Amino acid sequence: MSFLKITGLSARLKGTAFPILRDVSLEVAAGEVHGLVGESGAGKSMIGKAVLGILPASVEITRGAIELDGMDLLSLPPAERRRRIGATAALIPQDPLTALNPSRRIGPQVTDRLVDILGWPRARAETRARELLAEVHIPDPERVMRSYPHELSGGMRQRILIASAFAAEPKLIVADEPTTALDVTVQKQILKLIAEMQARHGTALLFVTHDLGVVSKVCQSLSVLYGGKVMEATTVRDFFRQPAHGYSRALLAATPKYTDPAASLTPVPDAVIAAVQAEIAAHDRSLRHG
Amino acid sequence: MASNSGTDGRSQIRRRVGLKLWLSAGWLGVLVLAALLAPWIAPQDPLAQDLFLGRLPPVWQQGAEPGFWLGTDSLGRDVLSRILYGARLALIVALVAGSLTCLIGASLGLMAGFLRGWVDVVISRAIDIWMAFPPVLFSILLIAVMGPGLVSIILAIVVIDWTRFARVVRAEAMAQGAMDYVASAQVAGRGRVSTMLTEILPNVLPTIVVLLTLEMGIAVIVEAILSFVNLSISTDDPTWGGMIAEGRTSIHQAWWVLIFPLVTLFLTVLSFSQLGEGLKDRFDPVLR
Amino acid sequence: MQLFRAFLLRLATTAVTLIGVAVIVFVVIRVVPGNPIAMMLPPGATEADIARLTAQYGLDKSIPAQFLIWCQGVVQGDFGTSITSNQPVLRLVLGRLPATLELSIMALVIAVVIGGAIALTGTRNRGTKVEAALDVGNGMALSVPDFLWGLVLILIFGVLWPVFHISGRVTPSLELPFTTDFYLFESVLRLRFDLWADIVSHMFMPALALAIPLAAIIGQLLKQSLKETMHLDYVTLARTKGYGENHVITREALPNAILPTLTLVGVQFTFLIGGTVIIERLFSYEGLGNMAIDAVINRDLPLIQGIVILFAAIFTAVNLIVDLSYALLNPRLRHGQ
Repeated sequence: MSFLKITGLSARLKGTAFPILRDVSLEVAAGEVHGLVGESGAGKSMIGKAVLGILPASVEITRGAIELDGMDLLSLPPAERRRRIGATAALIPQDPLTALNPSRRIGPQVTDRLVDILGWPRARAETRARELLAEVHIPDPERVMRSYPHELSGGMRQRILIASAFAAEPKLIVADEPTTALDVTVQKQILKLIAEMQARHGTALLFVTHDLGVVSKVCQSLSVLYGGKVMEATTVRDFFRQPAHGYSRALLAATPKYTDPAASLTPVPDAVIAAVQAEIAAHDRSLRHG
Repeated sequence: MASNSGTDGRSQIRRRVGLKLWLSAGWLGVLVLAALLAPWIAPQDPLAQDLFLGRLPPVWQQGAEPGFWLGTDSLGRDVLSRILYGARLALIVALVAGSLTCLIGASLGLMAGFLRGWVDVVISRAIDIWMAFPPVLFSILLIAVMGPGLVSIILAIVVIDWTRFARVVRAEAMAQGAMDYVASAQVAGRGRVSTMLTEILPNVLPTIVVLLTLEMGIAVIVEAILSFVNLSISTDDPTWGGMIAEGRTSIHQAWWVLIFPLVTLFLTVLSFSQLGEGLKDRFDPVLR
Repeated sequence: MQLFRAFLLRLATTAVTLIGVAVIVFVVIRVVPGNPIAMMLPPGATEADIARLTAQYGLDKSIPAQFLIWCQGVVQGDFGTSITSNQPVLRLVLGRLPATLELSIMALVIAVVIGGAIALTGTRNRGTKVEAALDVGNGMALSVPDFLWGLVLILIFGVLWPVFHISGRVTPSLELPFTTDFYLFESVLRLRFDLWADIVSHMFMPALALAIPLAAIIGQLLKQSLKETMHLDYVTLARTKGYGENHVITREALPNAILPTLTLVGVQFTFLIGGTVIIERLFSYEGLGNMAIDAVINRDLPLIQGIVILFAAIFTAVNLIVDLSYALLNPRLRHGQ
C-alpha cells in the first residue's frame, strides 16, 4: 500500500503550453525513501512542490491526481487541503539561511505547527521542540529556542529545520536538495542526520537531489526525470547495477565514482539528449492524440 | 519564476499609463489655451464687481443670471472668468518657478554628486538644514520678507524646493559616476567638468525631466497656498488660491465659489503629477 | 557600543542642523523691510517711543550681536518675548504645541491604519482587479497634497454631508475642565467622553487631510515590500505547515516587510508635520502652524523664530526616533551584529 501516489500528473506554465511536468506517475510506500533525480530544470523540485501544495503561482496543474495517505489532494477545497498537508507532510527546505523567518525566535518557528494547526497545548509543544532539538544534536536547546536565526550557523539552522520537519511526526517529508546550500563538511553530517531521523521515525521521504551519490546512500528507490517526464523508475540497487534507460546510463556515467573520484567525468552526450527529446516529443504526440 | 498573471496585469497597467498620460497632457493643453485666450473667451471682466450680482449661482440653478456660467462670488465677480485668468498666473508660476528650481537644484546636485569633496559636504549639509524647515511656513516667511508679488512667489519656490532636485540628482550622479564608462572617459583625458556635462548629465536628464514635471504641479500648489493665506499677489487679481480662500469663507452660502476653482486646481495638480509618473514609467528601462 | 557611537554622531549633526536653521531664520526675518515695532504701536506714537521699544526688544543692535544675545537666552530657556502679545515665546509656543502634536499623531495613526489596510488588501488580492483598483486610488491620493484634500473634505463632510466640524479645535461654548493643553488625551483620562467626541469630531477632518498622502505612501511601500517578502523561503515553508494566506501575510511577511518601510515613513511623517501649518489654517485649528502664520503676518520676529526652531527640532527628533526604533526593531542590529 503506497503512502504517496501520483498518477498522470501534468503541469504547465500558466497560460502557455510550456510543460513543467509530463504525465508523472510515482509511488512511495510508507517508510520508504524515494529519490527524485535529474538535472536542473528537470521538474524534480516541482513534484515535491506539487505534493506540498506550494507550486509557484505561475504553474498550473492540468491533469492527474496526487493521493496522500488515501486523500485525493487535488479534489479537496484549498483550505482543507492546506490543513491536511500540514498535518501529514513536511518540508526540509534547500537553503537554511533563507528558510527561517529572521524576525521570529527559533522556538515558535519549531512549535507553531503543533500549536496552531494540530492544537497542542503550548507547554507540550515546547517540551517536544526541546526533545527534537536534542535529537538533532543541538547543544543547549533551551538557549537556541530563544535565539534568532542570524545568531546561528547554517548547519545549525538546517538541523533546526530538520527537527521542525519531524516535529508533528509527519508520514511524509519532502527534502528539497537539503544539502546543496551547505559546506561540504557539513553536508555529510546533515545527510547522516536525515537518514538517522528517517530510520528512527519511519517516515516516508521524497528526496529531491541532482546528486546520484547521495541517492545511493539514502534512497531505496528512485525516479529519473528529464524535461518534466519520468525516464525511469526503479530500485536503487537495480539502477546502479543495470540502468534500463539510455538517459540513466548517461547520467550515471556523468557522475563521479566513489571508488575513483579522480576519474574524468563524461558529460551526458548530445546523442543521448537528442534521443531523450525525441522520446518526449513522441510521448507528447501520443498524449495529444490519445 | 515570473508570475504569468503578472504579465497580463502589467500590460493592463501599461495601457492605463498611456491613457493617464494623454488625459493629463490634454487637460494641461486646455489650460494653456485658456490662459492664452483668456481675454477673448472670458465672458466677463474678471475684476468687475457688482454687489447687485453678488453670489449668483451657476446657470443651471435657480436665480442665475445669463452670462455668469459658474456663478459669482460675494463681490459679484464672475467665477468662470476669474478661473480663466487665474490659469495665467498658475501656469507662469509653474513654468518659471519650475524651470528655475530645476536649473539651480539640478546643477547643485550634479556638482555635489560628481565632484564630491568639499562641494558635496557644503551642499549636503545645506540640504540637511533645508529639510529641517517646514516648507509651507518657510515660503510664507519668505513672502512676508520680500513682500507679495509674482517675483517673490517664484523666488520663494526656488529657495525652498531646490533640494528636491539636488537630493535626487546628487544620488543619481554618484551612481553614474561610479560606472565604468565614466572612468574610461576620465582615463581618456577628459576634464572633470567636461565629463560631468557630456557623460553624467545626459544619463540623469530623464530623472530631471520627471522631477521638473512634478515640480510644476508643486509650484501651482504653493502659489495657491500663498494666495490662500493672502500673500500671493494683490488681492484683487484673480488667483485660484485667492478664490478658494474666498470660497472657504462663504462655503455655506455659495458652494460654487469654492468648488470650481478647487476642481480646476485639483485636476491641474493631478495632471502634472500623473504626467511626471507617466514619464517616469516611459523612461524606466526596467518597466519598458 | 558601535550603535552608541553612531547615535552620538547623529546628535552632533542634529545640533549643526538646528544651529543652521536658527542662523538662517535669524538673518531672513531681520532683513524684513519696515520696523515691526512701529507697526505695533498705535498711530501717533513718537519717534522716542519707537526707539525705546526697539531697544527693549534688542532690535537696535547688529544682527550678530542680536544672535549672540538670543543664543544666550535660549541656553537659559528664554526664547524672547512675543512682540504682539508681550508674553514669553516659550510659553506661547508650548501652549500651542500639544494641539499640533495631537493632530499630527492622530493623522499618523489614521495614515498607518489606512495605509496598512491598503497594503494588506493589495497583497491578499495581488494580480487581481482589486489590486489594480487600489493602485489607481493610491496613485491619486499620492499626487494631490494635503491642502487640496483638506478642501475636498470640507466640501464633502462640511457642506454636502455635514457630519464633522470643519473649524476650530473644540466647540467654543463647552466648558473645559482641562489643566493641560493635551485636550484629546486629558479628556480620555478624565473620562469625559462627551468632550472627547467633540474634540475628535473637530480633529478628524484636518487629521484625515494630512493622513491621505501619507497613507498612500505607506500603502505603496508596504505592499511592495510585502510582495517581495511573500516569495521568500520561510513564507513557503509556513505554507507547508498548513497556514493560510492571511496568516502567512500578517505573521510571516508583515514583521519583515515593515522594517524597510519604516525609515521612509519617518521622513514622510516630518512632511506631514510640516503640512499642519496650512491645514491648521484651513480648518482654523488653534495649533502651532496657525499661530505661525499669524506671527508672520504680524511680523512678530521672536515668535516666528521660536516656532521655526521648534518645528526644526521636532523634525530632527522624529528622524532620530525613527533611526533608533529601526535599530531596536531589527534583531540583527539589536544583538550587535
